[in-house]
Amino acid sequence: MTTTTTADVRPTTVPLGWLLVGGVAVVAVTVLSLAVGAVSLSPGRVFLEVLDHVPGLRVHSGLSETDAQIVWQLRLPRVVLGLLVGAMLAMAGSAYQGAFRNPLADPYTLGAASGAGLGATIAIVFHLTGARGPFSTVPLAAFVGALVAVALAYVLASMGGSSRSPAVLLLAGIAVQNFLTAIQTYLQQHYIETIREVYSWVLGRLATSGWDDVLSVLPYFAITSVVLLTQRRKLDVLAVGDDEAATLGLDVRRTRLLIVAMASLATAAAVSVSGLIAFVGLIVPHTVRLLTRSSYRVVLPLSILFGAAFLAGTDVVARTQMAPAEIPIGVITAFIGAPFFAFVLRSRRRATL
Amino acid sequence: MITCRGVGVTLGDRRVLNDVALDIADGEWLTVVGPNGAGKSTLLRVLAGLTPCEGSVTVGGRDSNALHRRDWSRLVALVPQVPLMPTGMTVTEYVLLGRTAHLPPFGGESKHDLDVVHRSLDRLDLLAFVDRMIDTLSGGERQRVLVARLLAQDAPIALLDEPTSALDVGHQQQVLDLVEELRHTDGLTVVATQHDLTLAGQYGDRVALLVNGRVETIGSATEVLTEATLTTHYGARVRVIDSDDGPLVVPVRKKEQA
Repeated sequence: MTTTTTADVRPTTVPLGWLLVGGVAVVAVTVLSLAVGAVSLSPGRVFLEVLDHVPGLRVHSGLSETDAQIVWQLRLPRVVLGLLVGAMLAMAGSAYQGAFRNPLADPYTLGAASGAGLGATIAIVFHLTGARGPFSTVPLAAFVGALVAVALAYVLASMGGSSRSPAVLLLAGIAVQNFLTAIQTYLQQHYIETIREVYSWVLGRLATSGWDDVLSVLPYFAITSVVLLTQRRKLDVLAVGDDEAATLGLDVRRTRLLIVAMASLATAAAVSVSGLIAFVGLIVPHTVRLLTRSSYRVVLPLSILFGAAFLAGTDVVARTQMAPAEIPIGVITAFIGAPFFAFVLRSRRRATL
Repeated sequence: MITCRGVGVTLGDRRVLNDVALDIADGEWLTVVGPNGAGKSTLLRVLAGLTPCEGSVTVGGRDSNALHRRDWSRLVALVPQVPLMPTGMTVTEYVLLGRTAHLPPFGGESKHDLDVVHRSLDRLDLLAFVDRMIDTLSGGERQRVLVARLLAQDAPIALLDEPTSALDVGHQQQVLDLVEELRHTDGLTVVATQHDLTLAGQYGDRVALLVNGRVETIGSATEVLTEATLTTHYGARVRVIDSDDGPLVVPVRKKEQA
């Protein structure tokens, strides 16, 4: 920040203050959501209970055996799942925005949402539901559907011939999305008796059956986040446009393909366990941009952190506000997210979008 | 350093370049002139490896077909006519982009890369600007930042597409003087397109006149920039005045018809 005086040339790095804020937010949201629920636990004790499980630490939390079970077997898997889904959606959103140089791109831009929706709908209406082994079929169908949709968009765009501008891919994504949504709606109306089930999936939920869901998405989070973080600098190069990025030495097509593939994989993994949670992939990266800076060296890592905290936080509201009923989490993300985003937009009049 | 033989480009159903042959020597400055749509920018794009073409292009002794994107960018840098300057990017971040071709595939900038960028900023008097957002810079400052990025790329060949078209006359001369200086200090080879024919006559060693995708004539400024050629190929009424610095090309208004 004070490089002018010494004229040091340094690559942009994540501001330490914001890294700290993000880390504290993740921990705070985790403890809060472990404490809040049908059985109310003291946040202080929950914090100690969690500390007790950190290797090398021995703390007595004072929680009863049952309460400890609630924390470890019921609440924690759901919190961790929320953190992972939020991180993956926000990360995928910022990656898509950079790869397409388009501020409106989000994790569902290439049709992943409609593909996942169609997959889940097929599984539900044809009664392919039910857990087989550790994986239930609905998430599996959603995962496959999302990836098939993105692949379709990619193939459609490359049939467009020599014009390889990112806009062609976006248009192909829109075409795929509308096509798959049409099929999904047809199926949904045709098998009207399952519409509630389909609908509750589409609106998004983080209901888990324990650690299995967490374990099924964890590898995807690990791979996609590590690979995408190595591409941060290249996302900045893409910001000057395909031609200039190429003359600077970037293999634009390969870079975009890798980034889109990783972001789509993360999206597919996220929607398979959470349904369609809108808005996180759009507003989290933009909020990070408005509060800090627009280099992807900053936006990508901070989006992971804040996306995690944001989604896990909204899930607390989703499951407590109308308890014992649950509000679909996508409703909460939009309800809280939109005004908050408007507030940030107003208070920071920097044209970074 | 650069050799083109039988270079042709067809975009859609338009023949943009046709049978272009060029030899550009190490350290030479070739200025490419020609009316709108003659293929000047396309020629630069071919030399930069952005537009595929027929025929053969050799850069730095290496056949273009065997050059990977990274290697090509280590040899040739292109300064576009209208560079895309993203909002919210600092001068440092922008000039650092110039090191892209020198970085390992999954790594970041080394100490050496940062030193190169520091030197580039220093040479262009930009050290006071390192944290400025590029979208807040004036036209002249932007052009200096672009040249700093060009220096950071550290390529022996620089392609400049209309480097002065957006600048006032003072800044035009500043930029061209700077390029001339780099040519002497760094041995840079320069290929620049130019609309201003007087500037085309004053900077550079040779002038190539491109018409309808073909090299019509190539030679010294006084050989190429004549009233007869310019009238024929530009459809313009001009007077060419000889001076010690090169031919001065002055447009003259149509005489009133009686």
